[in-house]
Amino acid sequence: MDVKIRIENLRLFYGMSEILKGITIDVYTSMITGFMGPAGSGKSSLISIINRMIDFEEGIRIEGNVHMDGSNILDGTIDQISLRRRVGTVFAVPIPLPRSVYENIAYGPRLQGIRERSRLNTIVEESLKKAFLWDEVKDRLHTSALKLSGGQQQRLCLARTLATKPEVILLDEPCSGLDPISTAKIEEALSELKKEFTIILVSNNTKQIARITDFAAFFYMGQLIEYGSTEKLFTNPSEKKTEDYIQGKFG
Amino acid sequence: MRINPRITDKLARIVLNTQAFFTVGILVIIILIIILKGAPHINLEFILSAPEDMGRHGGIFFTIIGTVFLVFLSILLATPLGVGTAIFLTEYTKESRFTKIIRFGVESLAGIPSILYGLFGFIFFVIKLRMGWSLLAGVLTMAIMILPTIIRTSEEAIKAVPRNLRIVSYSLSATKWETVTRVVLPSAAPGILTGIMLSIGRAVGETAAIIFTMGSSLRLPMSLMDSGRTMAVHFYILAREGISMEKAYATALILVLSILFINIIAYYIMNRVIAKYS
Amino acid sequence: MPMTDKALFKEKFIKGILVSFALSSLFFLFLIFIFIFIEGLPLFHKIGLKNIIFGFKWAPTKGSFGIFPMIVSSFFVTFGALIVGAPLGLSCAIYLSEYSGKKMKMFLKPALELLAGIPSVVYGFLGVIYIVPIVRDCLGGPGFSLLSASIILGIMILPTIISISFDALMGVPKTYREGSYAMGATKWQTIFRIVIPSASSGILASFILGMGRAIGETMAVIMIAGNALKIPTSILDPLRTLTGNIALELAYATGDHRLGLFSTGVVLLVIIMILNYIANFSIKRKIIK
Ligand SMILES: Nc1ncnc2c1ncn2[C@@H]1O[C@H](COP(=O)(O)OP(=O)(O)O)[C@@H](O)[C@H]1O
Ligand SMILES: [Mg+2]
Repeated sequence: MDVKIRIENLRLFYGMSEILKGITIDVYTSMITGFMGPAGSGKSSLISIINRMIDFEEGIRIEGNVHMDGSNILDGTIDQISLRRRVGTVFAVPIPLPRSVYENIAYGPRLQGIRERSRLNTIVEESLKKAFLWDEVKDRLHTSALKLSGGQQQRLCLARTLATKPEVILLDEPCSGLDPISTAKIEEALSELKKEFTIILVSNNTKQIARITDFAAFFYMGQLIEYGSTEKLFTNPSEKKTEDYIQGKFG
Repeated sequence: MRINPRITDKLARIVLNTQAFFTVGILVIIILIIILKGAPHINLEFILSAPEDMGRHGGIFFTIIGTVFLVFLSILLATPLGVGTAIFLTEYTKESRFTKIIRFGVESLAGIPSILYGLFGFIFFVIKLRMGWSLLAGVLTMAIMILPTIIRTSEEAIKAVPRNLRIVSYSLSATKWETVTRVVLPSAAPGILTGIMLSIGRAVGETAAIIFTMGSSLRLPMSLMDSGRTMAVHFYILAREGISMEKAYATALILVLSILFINIIAYYIMNRVIAKYS
Repeated sequence: MPMTDKALFKEKFIKGILVSFALSSLFFLFLIFIFIFIEGLPLFHKIGLKNIIFGFKWAPTKGSFGIFPMIVSSFFVTFGALIVGAPLGLSCAIYLSEYSGKKMKMFLKPALELLAGIPSVVYGFLGVIYIVPIVRDCLGGPGFSLLSASIILGIMILPTIISISFDALMGVPKTYREGSYAMGATKWQTIFRIVIPSASSGILASFILGMGRAIGETMAVIMIAGNALKIPTSILDPLRTLTGNIALELAYATGDHRLGLFSTGVVLLVIIMILNYIANFSIKRKIIK
């Protein structure tokens, strides 16, 4: 098992308050790693450090290290643009761009300078197939993405991220607003995708974490309480808090 | 003695309604007068033939061309400048003393009356820069005059674009400029276009700033350094010098129709874009 | 992997261009001030501030540059326009925001925009043809008068007053109104005691901006005001405004005469900036509230 992302003693401050309190975690290549924990425990903040979207926030301070393939992504000289090419993100609410389905998917590849229609066609088709959306939209690639249902929109967002050919995919509670059928489709897609990508899935749904992740981490109030193989965490947690959380006693 | 509040309420309603309908009535009357008095004298020949004898006879073709040149060129200059300023203010900087000063400048420009633009254009472009009464002097003056409108409408349109769309674009590895050109501007386009249309309307109807910069030569402007006459200036001269009431009414109708037409196009474009994406 | 030099340069370059675009507005404002002042101030030095601003006689070819009557006239027309336009405009805005249905709003808003879009020369022309004769025949005098100019300018500032007051009225939270109704107030009591006071600074701003438009209006005014060089003593007297003075004489003025027109421009510019400042101030107060 190769380490894809190594997070060491990571601290995040919003002004005076410490949001992440020394997180150390290894994320492995070609695995699905689940981040769970009650709202406000810092999962989204952690994600936004990995893709450096946190740079758009004001008044933050970061300490510690985050290495991806050995290079420190918190380094001041790092280029966020090429980092975000390697780390794709799917957000909690589906946010389609106000364009056609096709143009949504082609957005990333076009940014990377891909112009030929045939290549774009291939990328669009492949990405939609991988996101289990192709059959539903292949006849309306050129209609507005806003006309799709919520579940379809979220898979569109997944496909759009896949089209940029990232190495890591971050999903921040991607199923929180979706019906069970759409959720199942996304889970199915992720289980296939882990062969090619390193996936981090944030979810409040412990059953979902148990179903599809290989490793799981439990966060509580900015601290990493427990991290290990999903099987171990769900059958024999070492921390009382983890057990309570999994059993639905809080969160 | 206290007046029954119910009666005051009824009275207020009646007075307000009357005043509102009176106001609408004024609009209707103005439009009706212009249509009824102007329409009989409008035909294709009026639009497509050159003015003769100071405009007493013939048509207004040269003034239409003059107007189109002036409006087109000034929009061409002011739009990139105005939209660029709006992009800077909304996307490239945070609220600071610097943006406050720029906003103050824009507000002040917006408040300056057109005769002062005329005065400025006259002394600066016509006299000091030796452009003479020319299309160029008119275009430059007009461009400065419509700039604040374009900045303000563009800024509002850009601000209305949801932050989420920018976030998505960045997450797909776009740079700031790529995000602006590929996501923000297309979404803001209808609003920006409305601002441009408003500015076109203003430029078409402007007289005070134009008559002292572009002049009022009735010849067809063949170059930027030629003087020319816009429809509005032509109308002013027809009416003020009592050259021909019929031609004046007809010109007024064409003026109002063009502005109506511009408004309708603005609405049409806006609705089409809105319909496409919602 | 730092951002490639080329990409970095491109973003910097773009930002530089945008900054210069943003600065252009300031630059133009600066140019306008500088050139109007450069031309307009020397005469203040030569003739004396007092003799220009408080001088009664405008005979620029004979060395008299008094513009006091024009300053007074400009304010007269402006207040006249406000007296005509403010009650009508405010009523219309109240009607639109409190009484009219959605359909009426949908129709009236674009109609107002059209009203705002009609060129001022057209208003002036209609004033000459319809208002001036009526004033002359019914009330006497030449017809070209303070009254005629006020009526036409009052109509011209309607769209400004209506749309800004309307926005201010619509900005009053629904809960204010509901609270008033709950206490048994009638609709008019609610509007008069709650809604209008809450929107007052926005309404005030609409009046001030309307004044700004009226005081700056030129072509319509020179067509209907008669342009006489004295302080009007009745609303039926003709008068000449600051704007009118510039527009009437700029085309042929030379030498000191032309400088006198720029002095007129300086005074106008200063008045406008003060009005803008007050309007901005009252709008800001509204936001803070
Ligand atoms: N922009 C911000 N400014 C200040 N505090 C923030 C900001 N964003 C998040 N926080 C705080 O950071 C903590 C963690 O939030 P978040 O990372 O969104 O948690 P989670 O995703 O686990 O629900 C919360 O207490 C939240 O209030
Ligand atoms: Mg979260």
